[in-house]
Amino acid sequence: MTTQDIFFYLFSALTLLCGSLVVVNPFSRNPVTSAMFLVLTITSMAGLFVLLHAFFLAAVQILVYAGAVMVLFLFVIMLLDLKEEQLRRIKAFGLVSGGASVAAILGVFAMSLSRSKTTPVGASLDVEGATRPLGKLLFTDYVLPFELLSVLLLVAMVGVILLSRRELK
Amino acid sequence: MMHAGLEHYMVVSFLLFSIGLLGVVARRNLLVIYMSLELMLNAANLALVAMSRFNGNLDGQVLVFFIITVAAAEVAVGLALIVALYRKRQSAHVEDLTSLKF
Repeated sequence: MTTQDIFFYLFSALTLLCGSLVVVNPFSRNPVTSAMFLVLTITSMAGLFVLLHAFFLAAVQILVYAGAVMVLFLFVIMLLDLKEEQLRRIKAFGLVSGGASVAAILGVFAMSLSRSKTTPVGASLDVEGATRPLGKLLFTDYVLPFELLSVLLLVAMVGVILLSRRELK
Repeated sequence: MMHAGLEHYMVVSFLLFSIGLLGVVARRNLLVIYMSLELMLNAANLALVAMSRFNGNLDGQVLVFFIITVAAAEVAVGLALIVALYRKRQSAHVEDLTSLKF
């Protein structure tokens, strides 16, 4: 049991706890509470990324997700001025379909896990997700998707401006 | 308690994905449904990073980079749609938005 393992269990427990509090919070149905727990989930997941030596992605996770995306969420929550969701009875259909889909994914997951060979822990893991190797890969092998992604961002920007105009034609 | 290997990360990713899926199906607030979608995307990201680490190549991390960008664009468009919908209907609950229901 190394320090790394202790941190893994700590971060994954935090991730799962906060993630479930996003969805089912026994104390509050306020969307702001969910958003705050989502920030905690994302931050602890950045910790897991650091444990996996994905340093650049951990930084991006915190900057983009916990920063930009969550600010957008909170802005919209404030803009809409949502009332608290009343505690209504959960419909049986939702529960059954949700349980069935989770069970189906569990089946696929268990099957793939049982068929896979166990990985040797501590084998030669020389992959470092630092900025330099990732950037090199991004601008050599993945340069076309990278450029397409910038077009996608432009399209999304134009679409959002069009959607949020006062009158929708 | 064992050494944290690939399976451990995959189990965490699976559990997070299930939580997000349950949130999408069970919750009724559109914004919370969106947050659950983000949870599912994050679970996929975790699986990809773990795979990339234990298989010894960086391709998975590049894919996660792309996913984060696409998710940001998707959130922007989706939230703009929710705001436009709220202006028309004064509601962000899925039960009030059933005009396409057969």
